[in-house]
Amino acid sequence: MTSQSTPLEYQSQQTRMNILGFWTFLGAEIVLFSTLFASYFILEHNTAGGPTGQDVFVLKDVLIETFLLLTSSFTSGLAIHALRNNDLKGVLIWKIITLVLGASFLAYEINEFFHYVHEGVTMQTSGFASALFTLLGTHGAHVTFGIIWIALLLVQVARRGITVQTSSKLFIASLYWHFLDVVWIFIFTFVYLKGMVM
Amino acid sequence: MSAKSHGFPWNLLVGFILSIALTLLAVFVAFQTDFSGHVILWIIGIMAIFQAIIQLFMFMHVTEGKEGIINVVNMVNAIILALIIVFGTIWVLTSGHASHMH
Amino acid sequence: MSFDEFFVTGDPLILGSQIAIGLTMVGVIVLVTYLKKWKWLWNEWFTTVDHKKIGIMYILAGVLMFFRGGVDGLLMKAQTSRPGLDILDAQHYDEVFTTHGVIMILFMAMPMLIGIMNVVIPLQIGARDVAFPKLNAFSFWVFFAGAMLFNISFVIGGSPDAGWTSYFPLAGKEFTPGVGNNYYAIALQIAGIGTLATGVNFIVTIIKMRAPGMSWMKLPIFVWTTFITSIIIVAAFPILTIALLLMTLDRLFGAHFFTVAAGGDPMLWLNLFWLWGHPEVYIVVLPAFGMFSEVIATFARKNLYGYKSMVYAVAGIAFLSMLVWVHHFYTMGNSAAVNSIFSLTTMMIAIPTGVKIFNWLFTMRKGRIEFSNAMLWSLAFIPCFTIGGVTGVMLAMAAADYQYHNTMFLVAHFHYVLIPGVVFAVFAGLYYWWPKMFGFKLNEKIGKWHFWLFVIGFNLTFMPMFFVGLDGMSRRMYTYAESTGWGPWLGFSAVGSVIMAAGFAALCYNIYWSFRYASRDVGNDPWNGRTLEWSTASPAPHYNFAVVPKVEKLDDFWYKKKKGDTGLKKKDLKPVHMPSNSWTPIFLAAAFGIVGFFLVFEWFTLAIISGILIVIGLIANSFDYDDGYHVSVEELEEEEREWRGDLQ
Repeated sequence: MTSQSTPLEYQSQQTRMNILGFWTFLGAEIVLFSTLFASYFILEHNTAGGPTGQDVFVLKDVLIETFLLLTSSFTSGLAIHALRNNDLKGVLIWKIITLVLGASFLAYEINEFFHYVHEGVTMQTSGFASALFTLLGTHGAHVTFGIIWIALLLVQVARRGITVQTSSKLFIASLYWHFLDVVWIFIFTFVYLKGMVM
Repeated sequence: MSAKSHGFPWNLLVGFILSIALTLLAVFVAFQTDFSGHVILWIIGIMAIFQAIIQLFMFMHVTEGKEGIINVVNMVNAIILALIIVFGTIWVLTSGHASHMH
Repeated sequence: MSFDEFFVTGDPLILGSQIAIGLTMVGVIVLVTYLKKWKWLWNEWFTTVDHKKIGIMYILAGVLMFFRGGVDGLLMKAQTSRPGLDILDAQHYDEVFTTHGVIMILFMAMPMLIGIMNVVIPLQIGARDVAFPKLNAFSFWVFFAGAMLFNISFVIGGSPDAGWTSYFPLAGKEFTPGVGNNYYAIALQIAGIGTLATGVNFIVTIIKMRAPGMSWMKLPIFVWTTFITSIIIVAAFPILTIALLLMTLDRLFGAHFFTVAAGGDPMLWLNLFWLWGHPEVYIVVLPAFGMFSEVIATFARKNLYGYKSMVYAVAGIAFLSMLVWVHHFYTMGNSAAVNSIFSLTTMMIAIPTGVKIFNWLFTMRKGRIEFSNAMLWSLAFIPCFTIGGVTGVMLAMAAADYQYHNTMFLVAHFHYVLIPGVVFAVFAGLYYWWPKMFGFKLNEKIGKWHFWLFVIGFNLTFMPMFFVGLDGMSRRMYTYAESTGWGPWLGFSAVGSVIMAAGFAALCYNIYWSFRYASRDVGNDPWNGRTLEWSTASPAPHYNFAVVPKVEKLDDFWYKKKKGDTGLKKKDLKPVHMPSNSWTPIFLAAAFGIVGFFLVFEWFTLAIISGILIVIGLIANSFDYDDGYHVSVEELEEEEREWRGDLQ
């Protein structure tokens, strides 16, 4: 591979190690979320007489959240595409759109939580409710962290331009963002759809 | 790699359209078909895995770079662990006397 | 909250410790200030990113924690030495066995092993540092913050008292209302972050930073075991993270994951705890296996027998380690199918482990064995560990386990696994790599006292436990009646523990003696070693290798020595790039510690306010583009001449 054809973020040994390290960390994140899923599956029917998933899930809201996050994953991909074309403006625009979409997702999710509390589902209601809030909340906390992280990186990119360091940081943050989308797909399928159907 | 990243990002667009389509299809299977709950769960579960694979390959470029093969091994390992944790936990805690709790 | 809820009062033992801790802290601060060493401490240690210094700090913390956990053990042994004693009451005994277990596993075994890994791994693969030096410093400091947070529990707020496994529902708020178990949940969480980061760090280091030519089957065996251990860390520690998170939510926010009421499931805690807990056993024992392998090969003056089978055996153990967790709770009433499958997987672990035992034995066969201290520990390990392993196979059989479960037999079993498997290894590793860390050997004669006292004391302490266990004594009993007939056994056991403690004291004296009087003239290769760490100066220079070595074979240094090809050519010297020190790791760890402390006491406003410190640390870290510095050729030349004489 010549340096022309290798994306910038792979051009130093340190940034290659950073990317590999982050993939390793994502392996740990998969284990982390699968533990949360396992706990949720054990507790999902233990509603202790309180509301069930079927009672409180609203398909429309969940679909909106899903599309927001899927689209943000797409725009984040476009930002990385722009990054590899050395197009600083493209990077900033697509990343900012990604952040707006991510923030909208969060707003919807917070709204969803208020809705659940209104329906009488709180952390203290039942095993099911605890597991639901914790799984969704952990994902939401990751999204929040991701928004702040990427916003800070954009400041660095705007200041320093596209360099080996900044591009690798952005690439890694995008991996994180896509990963959160993957987790959401499973939440959508195995929490919401499963809860509404079964 | 260079050819892929400098032209129009077809792979991103295709991935995006596919994931929207799979999401809608999952909703359709869940609410508009007469399959039993278990069958529905299998179908939408497999579609979720497809979506995850789309993200991994088309968005996250898992095979890219010198470490591509390591990343793939790492992901396969993590998925095996996830399966052990999820199915192991369910099996252990819902068979035998443990199941009497419910 | 009143004063005596905050400080633990009313127990003379604890009051004594409080005074001792207070005086020690004041003494240390006064001493450092008097010697004007603050700046030195800050520049050389607190902000360092050098893997060798971080490793030494890990080991130091491990020794301290060994002392703390050991005192807990001695207290337990004293309390049960005779029937009906009243040295500790039931509550205090509960606290002591809980902290003993947590400290010995998480704050003694882990840092000792990670410390030795830190010092040795980059040297063995011919690298200048780990892949992420700053993250490495963060790992240490955040572990240290967690350990300190856990340790202050016994003077501030009260210790956790639900066992190191902290089973629900006992560990829940309903049955354990104090802050003790909050300490457990939060201190372990903080320390666990550091361990996970270490796992990631070593995986990348070993994949990406090996010296040119060092292909996978030319890796020293300790590097292999560290690599696989790191993979298990990344696989298992996130499970603990979640289990502790759920515990925290249950205790602090009234969630119902593990409660009996409102649809919680206490068995879910056991399931998650052991999903992490069993791999954790292999996390501590596999690097130890690697150290024994290095020591045995060096002092038998032979290649490690069956190197490849050793690698496959370690990988096999790692794979099986994720599939055996249920054997810790066969008695919960699983289906016969569950218990049978997990019996099978558990017994299968004996196969790769047996392979390793034979590898060590065949390595020594016909070797010219040198009975150095490191080798003595390795020799004692094999029979002692085998006893632990064989009783493990007994426990693996689900039906029979109903008889042994949670008895002293189990306690004896895991001490026979963990003490030879980890503590002996750490001792062997310390004697072996001590010259590489400090530039002098530990005294061999005092070391013999350390060895014999400790090994004899260990067997005297734990062998009787097998018998009282088979006779029905359950673990964690704080006292018993004379009519049980256990008095003489446990009396022996108590005497043994004192002998073991004397062994530990001999080690401490040995460190002191050698620090003051041992010869500083050990050369780069005091043991006639086989691997790359012995090709550079003792203590290793901060840049590790003036020229990155090129590797052709397994045990490359051994063959290079035979060929007389270990010199350094002046023209090969080039400036060496090194990472700069950083204040963010220790700052972040302190912030985690402070937030953790407030969470323990459920002072949420303060926790959120101090959480800002974490955010500040992370931002500062992200905006830090420091690219390190270069060591000049002149400096390299000067340092290398000092121990090599003239360069070629």
